[in-house]
Amino acid sequence: MSRLVVGPFNRVEGDLEVRLEVDGDHVQSARVVSPLYRGFEGMLRGKDPRDALVISPRICGICSVSQSISAAEALAAAQGIKPLPNGQLVTNLVHATENVSDHLTHFYMFFMPDFTRDIYAGKPWHSAVASRFAAMKGTATQDMLPPRAEFMHIVGLLAGKWPHTMSLQPGGVTRVVAPHEVQHLRALLSSFRRYLERFVFGGPLEAFAEIDSLAALANWASRKAGDLSTFLQISRDLGLETLGHAGDRFLSFGGYAHENGHLFTRGLSLGDVPQKLNTGLISEDISNAWMQGAGPARHPFDGETLPDGDMESGYTWCKAPRLEGLPAEVGALARQVVARHPLALEMVANGGNVEARIVARFLEIALLVPQMERWLSKIRPDDAFITHADMPDHAEGAGLVEAARGALGHWLKVENGKIANYQIIAPTTWNFSPRDASGQPGPLEQALVAAPVQKGETDPVSVQHIVRSFDPCMVCTVH
Amino acid sequence: MSGNRKNLLWLQSGGCGGCTLSLICAESPGFLTAFEAAGINILWHPALSLETGREASAIIDDILSGRILLDILCLEGSVMMGPNGSGRFHMMAGSGEPMKDIIARLATKARHVVGVGSCAAFGGITTTGDNAVKACGLGFDGELKGGLLGAGFADESGLPVVNIPGCPVHPDWVTQTLSQLSAGEMRPDDLDEFGRPHAISGTLVHHGCSRNEFYEYKASATRLCEIGCMMENLGCKGTQAAGDCNKRAWNGSGSCISGGYPCIACTEPGFEEPGHPFVQTPKIAGIPVGLPTDMPKAWFVALSSLSKAATPKRLRQNAVSDRVVVFPKRKKKGSHR
Repeated sequence: MSRLVVGPFNRVEGDLEVRLEVDGDHVQSARVVSPLYRGFEGMLRGKDPRDALVISPRICGICSVSQSISAAEALAAAQGIKPLPNGQLVTNLVHATENVSDHLTHFYMFFMPDFTRDIYAGKPWHSAVASRFAAMKGTATQDMLPPRAEFMHIVGLLAGKWPHTMSLQPGGVTRVVAPHEVQHLRALLSSFRRYLERFVFGGPLEAFAEIDSLAALANWASRKAGDLSTFLQISRDLGLETLGHAGDRFLSFGGYAHENGHLFTRGLSLGDVPQKLNTGLISEDISNAWMQGAGPARHPFDGETLPDGDMESGYTWCKAPRLEGLPAEVGALARQVVARHPLALEMVANGGNVEARIVARFLEIALLVPQMERWLSKIRPDDAFITHADMPDHAEGAGLVEAARGALGHWLKVENGKIANYQIIAPTTWNFSPRDASGQPGPLEQALVAAPVQKGETDPVSVQHIVRSFDPCMVCTVH
Repeated sequence: MSGNRKNLLWLQSGGCGGCTLSLICAESPGFLTAFEAAGINILWHPALSLETGREASAIIDDILSGRILLDILCLEGSVMMGPNGSGRFHMMAGSGEPMKDIIARLATKARHVVGVGSCAAFGGITTTGDNAVKACGLGFDGELKGGLLGAGFADESGLPVVNIPGCPVHPDWVTQTLSQLSAGEMRPDDLDEFGRPHAISGTLVHHGCSRNEFYEYKASATRLCEIGCMMENLGCKGTQAAGDCNKRAWNGSGSCISGGYPCIACTEPGFEEPGHPFVQTPKIAGIPVGLPTDMPKAWFVALSSLSKAATPKRLRQNAVSDRVVVFPKRKKKGSHR
């Protein structure tokens, strides 16, 4: 048995260390360490509730809009209001822009460069992949950055800037959209679609979104057009569809609200079997975190965050969120499994894995860009975009949304007009949680078990693929 | 060996990574092209580089031992000093060492030290509330000189920490500042009292604000999503805040104000604790506290009441609407009114 400490673990958003116990040629157990604590929950206490819309988005530079929407929903719930339809449509457009953009950033800048490593030099695909996906220098990044930046003009127009907008409010948005601006947004989407279909998918978005089986996916890959099929070929060569299996308990808070629910449904799935979700049974366990506290794990409405670096039982600043006492995996794969996309369901039939997590992001891109076009056509420029309401002196509310990386929740309590408690559980808090009181590892800790370690490897490449397949956001994780 | 290329190391500590994410939105040109044109070689960046784990630590070790020359050290995020001065709130992954100590050692090796964003410059949002984690900037702790590197810090060319403010930074502020440093063109005179390039802080957010006509007549919005001036009621600090945000578009065409929300002065030290709700202007006897910094108060009050009295109906009505409801009238040719 030998020990490896991998860090600084980069190309994840924020700071990460992974501690491995290696038994010969595979990982026997893993502990995930979040080494940065900033304390947003403490900062928010005592503030005017509206200030959450300035402070909480700054938890994260890559999913700032998701944090914003979570805060806005929590405030709206406390005020007893909902955003106006126009406000919801603009919120969804801004949110989808961030999420699609994050999926691309993840694939091109964070995930793919690992296949350019020398360890794969003997592979027939290596030299082409090395010039296409080299970190910073590859042609793929150079092809991706300009259309991504132009796609972000959608947020520039609708919400002022990215990241850290204040446009997304409990009752809607702070800016109306004129008819000529709707047309401009349509043109931006069309420009972005052209890039996606030519370079990323190698085919129409709708055709990819309709893929309903692994066989059809293999078919798509065999056409050898677009960067996605390059990935699929690498993945089959390396067996990434068998790597990184976590517990297959998939949780989604539901993505993109509309009048009757969500575009991607809220729910829980054990493998491909839907389960009843009761968000009242979420709790945060701190037995292996550097946190003070006594008694059983608490629901976030009653949660507290008291950092204590001297807790000897702790090995991370991250708490361990559990649903009915069990860990859950969140993210694009979980979202599409819960939404019962046929391809997602088939991909997890033998257990969630690295390839499935990547493919699920592309499913979402292919579903969301056409959906954004539909949302645009639903905007009624003559109508109002926001409604206003006062905050009661005493109230509580939760904002449960889906960030690019999965389920994000803000739980707010207001007393005497001020924030009395504010607790946040971010997607990577779920995925990269430490062990809990009963010793159950978090999803990544499970997924790393049995990862192959080649002779002489100090930062095993399989571990890197598995970690990055979750697209971790470490700044959100601890916040 | 750096040769003609200038070696840049980028580290992140107590922040959100949003300045890097803003940077990758750079356009005309993109940041990679801008860096290449400026001869900047990225030795390592936590979000962008291939190297992880030991490969990354080796680069940092080589800088510390002098095997690699470091021209520009960028820090994004604040320095985490707590708890009790230990730096424990941010240990560098894989090293078992507080990040603050690693940053301090690297700063002694760098030809220039740059704070990217208001967190690295002043402490920023991470210090909100009672700053329980004892975060600070590289060269400042809020408005006070000091921070991690101390009030007397100067690099070999006499520059203090060069601070690129903002929460987040505008991508152009980063590419332009780093290009000037790389070219050896930045002089102490080019920086203001907070180490910010005058190129950024010499302009106020107010300049070029699309709501200027409303400001002139004190035609004020009363609620978010109204298009009047947001200074009187909604906490807007554009008249006091550094930045060319309304002259240099964000993400194509945006700015906070064009997005319909007030400037919170995120380029200024201490912006995170305004002493009032961000979207509510504090007032004494009906007069906003926090007037333009270089204008005598009595004059402001006199001018305001005069301009309020003269406000055209068009501005009065539009100010409290979510869009233009009264359009400007054109004078007919030949009419003598």
